Amino acid sequence: MHRRLHMMRETIVPEIVAARNLTAGYADNTVWREASFTIDRGEFVAIIGPNGAGKTTLFRLLIGLQQPLSGNVEIFNAQPRRGNPRIGYVPQRHGIDSETNIESLELVRLAFSGKHWGFSFSGRDRKVALGAMKAVGSGELAHRSLNTLSGGELQRIFLAEALVSNPELLLLDEPLSNLDLKREKDLVQLVNSLVRSRNVAALLIAHNINPLLPFLDKVIFIANGKVATGKPDEVLTSESLTALYGVPVEVLHDSRGNVAIIGTEEFHGDE
Amino acid sequence: MAFSFNLITDLLEIFQYQFMQHAIEAGTVVAIVAGIVGYFVVLRRSSFAAHALSHIGFAGAAGAVLFAVSPVYGLLLFTGVGGSAMAVLSPRAANRDVHIGTVLAFMLGLGVLFISLYAGNLTQTYSILFGQILGISSSDVLLTLAAGIVILATVGVVYRPLLFSSLDEDVAEAKGIPTFLLGIVFMLLVAVATSIAVQVVGVLLIFSLMVTPAAIAQQLAKRPQTAIIVSVAIALLATWLGLFLAYYEPYPVGFFITTIVFSLYLLVRFVYRRIRPLRVFRATSEIT
Repeated sequence: MHRRLHMMRETIVPEIVAARNLTAGYADNTVWREASFTIDRGEFVAIIGPNGAGKTTLFRLLIGLQQPLSGNVEIFNAQPRRGNPRIGYVPQRHGIDSETNIESLELVRLAFSGKHWGFSFSGRDRKVALGAMKAVGSGELAHRSLNTLSGGELQRIFLAEALVSNPELLLLDEPLSNLDLKREKDLVQLVNSLVRSRNVAALLIAHNINPLLPFLDKVIFIANGKVATGKPDEVLTSESLTALYGVPVEVLHDSRGNVAIIGTEEFHGDE
Repeated sequence: MAFSFNLITDLLEIFQYQFMQHAIEAGTVVAIVAGIVGYFVVLRRSSFAAHALSHIGFAGAAGAVLFAVSPVYGLLLFTGVGGSAMAVLSPRAANRDVHIGTVLAFMLGLGVLFISLYAGNLTQTYSILFGQILGISSSDVLLTLAAGIVILATVGVVYRPLLFSSLDEDVAEAKGIPTFLLGIVFMLLVAVATSIAVQVVGVLLIFSLMVTPAAIAQQLAKRPQTAIIVSVAIALLATWLGLFLAYYEPYPVGFFITTIVFSLYLLVRFVYRRIRPLRVFRATSEIT
């Protein structure tokens, strides 16, 4: 029955994100131009590319924190706007201040009820927050202080914070940075299971695509002011990237299916 | 006026004096307000801003003395303008200290000018620096109470969005919370709280009520509401005990308040952190 409900919604709203000839940047500096792509419900999408290529800029456009220079992007068939509860956002963070001795449940609670004025007297936000924490497998961290959590535990809390509004689109900015290989794999599997079980779309910015590759439906590759999108095995080929960038780009595969992209960063000139 | 070891008779004696009544009334309001606003100061890592605002207030107070107005109006004007300027000039935490320091240095320069222009005696300036709680008039008490009510009402309204944007500004902004506006509201809260707290501990000792109690509370409690209650309790304890001691001993109230608060800080920072007496209790409460 749930499945049918999802299918009905799918036929009404086929795309969650639709970008047409989207150009992003600031008045004096175009970051990337002419991106056209769609993100569908239930897709797990990786956004990769060198530092400073404009990956976070894409998120800022989707959240409504920044306006496109030209072109058009729609989310749920409407213009992006701040405070859309159908979007769950995990910004890039460099850990938590070591003095922040606050229970993690309190942070997740605020993500649910923090935009309301005054105090809360009902325990509803507490219950919803605890539910979100259990959904990411961190129920037992609810009463731990944020400053005592490891990087992997914190990322789960941030994910729970994004999930409290029951979003249909997750935007995750570099959740894998600073995680060791084991935690990285755990978090990727967690995001994948959320995507599959809740039929949400997840956009995840990463430096390294390899831990994500087995799970991805799509990849958005941003480099040198251009954006390539599609299925990983279509986008990440020497031919397609060379055609897009007009310079030789090579995609190498190792025996375990890992890929390495050579040729885009050298002439990009960023840090 | 000797200490009698009978608390009731001691307190009855103290309350006979109007200056002590006023001191306790104003001190109580200031301690409550400073304990609450201080929690947000600590959470937002804005203690330098609070420190700077009190010093900017000093320039305002010196100006008020020069123009023969009550110092508190100069304090309110200067801290209000200075606080808003800080919030607008550096909405984000990065480089904030540099902007604040720049504004602070200029304002203190103005304060120096006002003092040199003022030909009268400098007792009023001295009391702005170190507090004048034993010289509070009944109209000062009323003004303090009014300011305290305004602060409490404002915190009551902005409590959750302010807490969320203090803790997680990026997500709060994406959720449509007016973080920039809240930054200005926060600075105005600090400005008004500082202005009334100056009466009790003075500009130079403002940290003892605005920052230290909240910093101690943050070590002791990990839920914001609980931490705010603890912060207020510490500020109240220090103020009341400080006044009580200053009634019997010939030393300034500000000294007693800062010493009490600092002792608690040392105790929590170095003793409590080692032994964590509540750990057993916490472990059992975590199961729920």
